Amino acid sequence: MEIYLYTALFSPLIGSLIAALFGASKKTYFTGVLASGLLLTSFISSLILLTYVMAGHTVHVEMMTWIATGDLYIPFGFVVDQVSVTMMMVVTTVSTVVHIYSIGYMSHDKGFNRFFSYLSAFVFSMMVLVMSDNFLGLFIGWEGVGLCSWLLIGFWYHKESATWAANEAFIMNRIADLAMLIGIFMMYWNLGSLQYDVVFANISALPMPVITWIGIFLFIGAMGKSAQFPLHTWLADAMEGPTPVSALIHAATMVTAGVYLVVRANPIYSEIPDVGNAIASLGAFVAMFAATMALVNRDMKRIIAYSTLSQLGYMFVAAGLGAYWVALFHLMAHAFFKALLFLGAGNVMHAMHDELDPFKMGGLKTSMKWTWILMTLASVALAGIYPLAGFFSKDLILEVAFVEQHYILYTVLLLTAGMTAFYSFRLIALIFHGDKRHLEHGIHPHEAYTFMLYAMAPLAILAVIAGMVFKTPYYLMVTELLPAVQYHIHNHTTFWIMTIGTQLFVILAIAYAYKKYAKAVKVDKKVESGFFYQLLYNQYYIPKIYDEVFSKPYLQLSKLAWKQIDLKIVDATVDGIANIIYQTGEKTHTMQNGNLSSMLRWMVIGLVVLLVLAVAFTAGYNAVNLRAM
Amino acid sequence: MELTLNHYLVLSTLLFAIGLIGVMRRKNLLMLFFATEILLNAVNVGMAAISHYRGDYTGQMFAFFIIAIAASEVAVGLGLLIVWYKRTGKIDLDQMTSMRG
Repeated sequence: MEIYLYTALFSPLIGSLIAALFGASKKTYFTGVLASGLLLTSFISSLILLTYVMAGHTVHVEMMTWIATGDLYIPFGFVVDQVSVTMMMVVTTVSTVVHIYSIGYMSHDKGFNRFFSYLSAFVFSMMVLVMSDNFLGLFIGWEGVGLCSWLLIGFWYHKESATWAANEAFIMNRIADLAMLIGIFMMYWNLGSLQYDVVFANISALPMPVITWIGIFLFIGAMGKSAQFPLHTWLADAMEGPTPVSALIHAATMVTAGVYLVVRANPIYSEIPDVGNAIASLGAFVAMFAATMALVNRDMKRIIAYSTLSQLGYMFVAAGLGAYWVALFHLMAHAFFKALLFLGAGNVMHAMHDELDPFKMGGLKTSMKWTWILMTLASVALAGIYPLAGFFSKDLILEVAFVEQHYILYTVLLLTAGMTAFYSFRLIALIFHGDKRHLEHGIHPHEAYTFMLYAMAPLAILAVIAGMVFKTPYYLMVTELLPAVQYHIHNHTTFWIMTIGTQLFVILAIAYAYKKYAKAVKVDKKVESGFFYQLLYNQYYIPKIYDEVFSKPYLQLSKLAWKQIDLKIVDATVDGIANIIYQTGEKTHTMQNGNLSSMLRWMVIGLVVLLVLAVAFTAGYNAVNLRAM
Repeated sequence: MELTLNHYLVLSTLLFAIGLIGVMRRKNLLMLFFATEILLNAVNVGMAAISHYRGDYTGQMFAFFIIAIAASEVAVGLGLLIVWYKRTGKIDLDQMTSMRG
């Protein structure tokens, strides 16, 4: 089984390295096909490992020693257990689809080969992250995905907005990663090991405050990667990257790494239910907060990004309340339908010549029939309509909140579910229904390449069946490792009222979205100039506040440091030393006049000076030593 | 009066001072060589005297080395001097300024 583990892990790396060899040269289809093929290999290996794990085994290998000094021993170890194999399946499935899709999507881009090199490198980092058997290996993967995310957001580096967004994402993540590193250090300081099994076996022996702080610091790390409030602004700006990147990194895999971390560290969080409650509350807040921003936004990709943020909030609610398997299940289902939604958005963008404002689209369902069907399917799944994936995973989180008697969280999540349905179908209605507003802009849309649609098909199938078919086998498998808690509402009447009520509420929200946007789009000036609309449209003014409170003072400080400290102190000192030496040389080079006689005189003077110094120092040294004696 | 170590050292110092003045003042290249020979031999006198005084032959060994090296140095130096004299007809130090920095 080890060979499959290594194949699954290293195939993407090989693909990346080979693509990198051709990174600077012109587009060659070969690199895209090769990278996709290797991803498929990785997927198949993961599938074999999945069957093996489902039979009740796990694979744990220690590839080599990494750090061994004194008491510190950290190997490069990898583990394939019930949790990591789930993540491996999600990562390899979505990334294979995205790789194949990208061959079509990036076919007109100059950086085609470079793109595949980065994308495969990302998958490799993500595999390291999910497969590592210790926290430091996880951290390496964590930084690796951060780096690849930076490379890919800023892929079109000639656009200033893209480089800005890339830097923003990277810096925000650095802040969170520092906290995570502190958490890891605390763990090592107190337990002397970073291996998952050792840490989890001994964590309950630690004093309560220490566990609490470890939990908090690790969660701050998770907050950065999963873009939770207040570190959420980078995710929406990260949409500057190519759309397949948004689908793979900023919807399906990397941003869910935070959820994975909390799920993986479940023995720690089980010890500290208070922190868990805080996580759940923050998750519910972010779910609603992001959904409200998505309601009014006018950028197709940003709407989907806020939706991702909102769904991550759902996952954190489940993880915070101790329903780790539910969180992981929603992570999986969400990865499928959200990646599908993003890839559909990519098709629309191509057809619309990179126009992102859905108010300039409309009526695309005739010219882009398949994209319409796929995106509608994804949105239905996202809204949580029976029997698609979202119904099983998202409604389960609502039930968790209800069963755990967190009625406030339940209400917030229920309202958010309605909003989710509304903004998803607002987008669908604006893009695919109504008047063909794009004709005014002289755009004649065309459907994407057929193979791109075929590449999306697996995700569509998974978005439909993932909930229905996978739930029971997944539950049986994953609860070998995660706490097996069934969340059933025991009162049948309550259960049916809730389920049907939620469904009706969501369907009403969808109907309202269609009614409002599917026909002619009427712009209500009064609403749009209202306080709430402006508040939401400007993302609660948070980017602006960050700009005013952090960026601008920092810029001032940097300028001050540059002009006052760097130029006037540091540079002046260095220049001064250089000047002194230069001036001395300038003054004394007359000594070297070529006359042997005068040079000999200088030599004698030097000799006398050295002698005097030697005598003086010897005398001084003796005097000091004698006094000491 | 018996000759003590100090007499030798004073002689050595005087010779060294004469040599040093010669090195500094002489403008004739041949004379400069003489002055350096005086410097070296001043040191040799000191070495031999201290060697005898301490009953340690290392100093005398060094004096022999210095004599040998001084001989070869003079051989090379005089060779160069003759070549220089053949080319310019002069051995005046003040005119040897081709090494000006």
